[in-house]
Amino acid sequence: MNRSLIIQVFIVMVGLTFAIRLLSIQIFNEDYKLAAENNVIQKIIDYPYRGLVYDRNNSLMVFNTPVYDLMIVPKEAELKDSTRLCQLLQITHREFIEKYEKARSFSPILASKFMEQIPNSLFASIQDQLVSFSGFYALPRTVRDYSSPVMANTIGYVGEVDRRTIRNDTTNYYKSGDFIGITGVEKEYEKYLRGKRGTRYQMVNVQGVVKGAFKDGEYDTVPIPGENIQLTIDLELQEFAEKLLKGKVGGVVALNPATGEILAIASYPSYDPASLSGRDRGKNFLEIQNDTLKPLFNRPLQATYPPGSMFKVVQSLIALEEGMLGPNEKIMCEGGLIGDHAPPGLYDVRRAIEKSSNNFYFKVFKRVIQQGYEESAFLDSRIGLEKWHDYITKFGLGRKLGVDIPNESPGFAPSLSYYDRVYGENRWKFSNIYSLSIGQGELLVTPIQMANLCAIVANKGYYITPHIVKSIDNEPLKSFARNEVGISEEHFDPVIDGMEQVVLYGSGLRARMPDISVCGKTSTVENPHGEDHSGFMGFAPKDNPQIAVAAYVENAGWGARAAAATASLIIEKYLNGEIKRTWLEDYVLKGDFADKKVEKVEKKDTLQLKPLKEVAATLQ
Amino acid sequence: MRENQLIYRLDWLTIAIYFALVIGGWLSIYAAEYNPDINNSIFNFSTSAGRQFVWITTSVGLITFIMLLDFRIYDTISYFVYGGMVLLLIAVLFFGKEVAGSKSWFGIGSFEFQPSEFAKFAVCLALARYFSKSTRKTSELNVQIIGFLIFVVPLVLVVLQGDAGTAIVFASLVIVLFKEGMHPIFLIGAIGVAVLFILTLLLNQLVLIICISAIAILIIGLVSRSLNKILVTITTAIIAIAFVFSVDFILTEVLKPHQQKRVMSLVNPNADPLGIGWNVTQSKIAIGSGGWFGKGYLEGTQTKFDFVPKQTTDFIFSTIGEEQGWMGSVLLIAAFTTLLVRLIFLANRQKSAFARIYGYGVTSILFIHFALNIAMTIGLFPVIGIPLPFFSYGGSSLWGFTLLLFVFIKLDAHRMQVLQRM
Repeated sequence: MNRSLIIQVFIVMVGLTFAIRLLSIQIFNEDYKLAAENNVIQKIIDYPYRGLVYDRNNSLMVFNTPVYDLMIVPKEAELKDSTRLCQLLQITHREFIEKYEKARSFSPILASKFMEQIPNSLFASIQDQLVSFSGFYALPRTVRDYSSPVMANTIGYVGEVDRRTIRNDTTNYYKSGDFIGITGVEKEYEKYLRGKRGTRYQMVNVQGVVKGAFKDGEYDTVPIPGENIQLTIDLELQEFAEKLLKGKVGGVVALNPATGEILAIASYPSYDPASLSGRDRGKNFLEIQNDTLKPLFNRPLQATYPPGSMFKVVQSLIALEEGMLGPNEKIMCEGGLIGDHAPPGLYDVRRAIEKSSNNFYFKVFKRVIQQGYEESAFLDSRIGLEKWHDYITKFGLGRKLGVDIPNESPGFAPSLSYYDRVYGENRWKFSNIYSLSIGQGELLVTPIQMANLCAIVANKGYYITPHIVKSIDNEPLKSFARNEVGISEEHFDPVIDGMEQVVLYGSGLRARMPDISVCGKTSTVENPHGEDHSGFMGFAPKDNPQIAVAAYVENAGWGARAAAATASLIIEKYLNGEIKRTWLEDYVLKGDFADKKVEKVEKKDTLQLKPLKEVAATLQ
Repeated sequence: MRENQLIYRLDWLTIAIYFALVIGGWLSIYAAEYNPDINNSIFNFSTSAGRQFVWITTSVGLITFIMLLDFRIYDTISYFVYGGMVLLLIAVLFFGKEVAGSKSWFGIGSFEFQPSEFAKFAVCLALARYFSKSTRKTSELNVQIIGFLIFVVPLVLVVLQGDAGTAIVFASLVIVLFKEGMHPIFLIGAIGVAVLFILTLLLNQLVLIICISAIAILIIGLVSRSLNKILVTITTAIIAIAFVFSVDFILTEVLKPHQQKRVMSLVNPNADPLGIGWNVTQSKIAIGSGGWFGKGYLEGTQTKFDFVPKQTTDFIFSTIGEEQGWMGSVLLIAAFTTLLVRLIFLANRQKSAFARIYGYGVTSILFIHFALNIAMTIGLFPVIGIPLPFFSYGGSSLWGFTLLLFVFIKLDAHRMQVLQRM
């Protein structure tokens, strides 16, 4: 027989055998179809527990609360009894159909979210009955919850990661559906807090009943919870600070000057952090975002104000270091160079700070800016301003401090190039920039920069970069850099004495306490758009500073009132643990700082600018 | 002018089936990996489908190259190619990279290359060359034995690599010997050796020796009458027992434990830690759930999980079974059967012995791949790791098969020129 034919016949026989075998597997044997239906493997993401957040005294601030995502596999879902399901889920039939169609258009065979983040309270009542709805199953996960509705902006919020973030993620960690820290500490410390996702494969039959782990969990990975974070915040102090700010607009920062730890950071108006967690997040977010008072604006870090009279502290230190002012030097101030509430007379640096003499600082700043290196006042001012700019940069002004909270504003410190741009090169001198002498003009600072400035004074010449995280997973963070500002220690003594006098006899009277020696400085910040802003910075105790505070209260008028009272209450609370001056607390809580009452000791640091020509004439 | 003529002489039916299979395979690879969550393009090079597109494109380049080369070169270089391949197969044992338990790959940077895929081509050339010399009588025993050795040497080397599947592919070349006049007793003998080898792995050595002795005594007692036949039976039995001993010796004393495991997995796939037995069940469920017309392209539910090993390579047929149903599966089987029968037709019309024998070699290798791959996915044969030609994912395998097939198409196109010269 022809062997070639034998081989050909053999090949065709094999083909036929296969066709027949397939006929039996695919057509006549129902077992495989049933097996396939009973053999749906679900890939389930086990979301990790996000790290918890504690305050410095180990009080829990941020934790996780369970919610449930209701998943649907459209092909397996039975729609006959949808009315009951609608009742259970408290949605209308129309919503049900919309959600179903959305899931189906995504994929008929893959699971997608039908309803997100069902709170535990609702889920408990439907859990038992859910089993009878095929194609539906619940996926537990957690959302953030807060022990106290404070510090919303600084803690930040967590939300589902968006497409752009996934695309830009070079580590390839994020997948659609993951949670990610969007602002605040949640964003800054995301990689510690997030933990690691786990994956589970399980066998599920057509009724949605779990038949067990796929291959005994050989391919499963266990989720790894995020690391816990301890903040430097004193929760009690934080709550108190926010209570004081309630009903006002402004920001308060309290630091431990020795360590740079942020003890409290309050912004008002704020929002309840819980409102941006859970399923109403989108709706609440829109509401908060559209609020004209901008609750999402983290004022202590982002709002910029002129420093006002608080800046006189810096001016004193620069002049002393430059040798333009002696520690005991007295300068005769006739007044009239610049608007002033301080009476004419002889001023040394202590008295000038106490009385907040504008004329004194006009003269001192002129000495710093025009030191006489060049004959031309224009060229001379350039040298002076450059020196001055170097100093204030070291003081942490006009630049970001490097706080471990996102969206810090640098504020603004005008430089040579800035004035060259505004006036033209060599076309400006002291007379163009003199409003800087009393902390007005182009200068802009944030409350945290002022608190840091206060810490520099308390430390007599350096600061530790302010930070909010103390330890991660019980591992204290590495020591922070000590930043020297380049002012000799001895120059701080007269300035600190002056600040003590501010509180004892000057505009800071409200910050005075019988048992604690507070050093401070008020600012009443010119506001062209309305009522002046009230500002104050202070530290205490004088000899062993434990706390440095800066407060800005917008449109509250005198620095001596709202800001000084608020800051001093925070100092009292932190150092004594309780408030004895309940009258002052009531005064701040009431929030009526208007000018009706007769106040004896207040001085308003008003900048009543004369026409430029007139000023220029006096300077000749 | 000549190129133009070449185009008319090519066997376009074979070429059409080749491209249908290659494109069908490419689409199936995409379907096997398809995940609506990610929705990658079929051209995305980070996916198997995207890379397969590159292999397909380069295969077209390879085809062009084959068509431009002179058809007589294959006859001339066949022994060199064979020798080089044997050296490469030895080299891979020492310098190769281990992939899924087999040390059959060379890794040069990110480029990987599996010499055994090209060894099939080399062996076909060498066999064709050896048997085509008209001075040799192919029915003579010593000629048969040398011919046998031509494919047994690479076969043994491939077994040592742990690639049992490819070893069986080489064994399929006995079909060529059969066609070239080998007595059927050798075909039976070859199968006997294979059975004995498998039994050695499965059974206790002593039990096996007793069985062989018992069978020999039975044959002598019941059938054989002449002294000659008794001697042949005794010799055969002694050879068989020696074979059993040597296999056992090599297995336990010469081979390293991981190599032993590879050989053992030939008979007991369930011993494989990746769970090949489970894989077959899944494959059968996937194919079985396809019904008459399948679930539709990209709609399969069973073949979509990337943790099933070899979803795009050895088990690619399950994707067709699930998504295209019985109709699609039978169409694929019909395409292969037509291709194979056509190749035999082409082989028979060759004027030169070299081209004819080479054609049978190509047919044997494609046939064994097709038969065993589909048989294992539908549970008719134990799982051995061999791809479905032209269809499965993989650059080395696609290039290897393309080379094998198109060299034959080229030879076929020039069959009349051979006549003119002779």
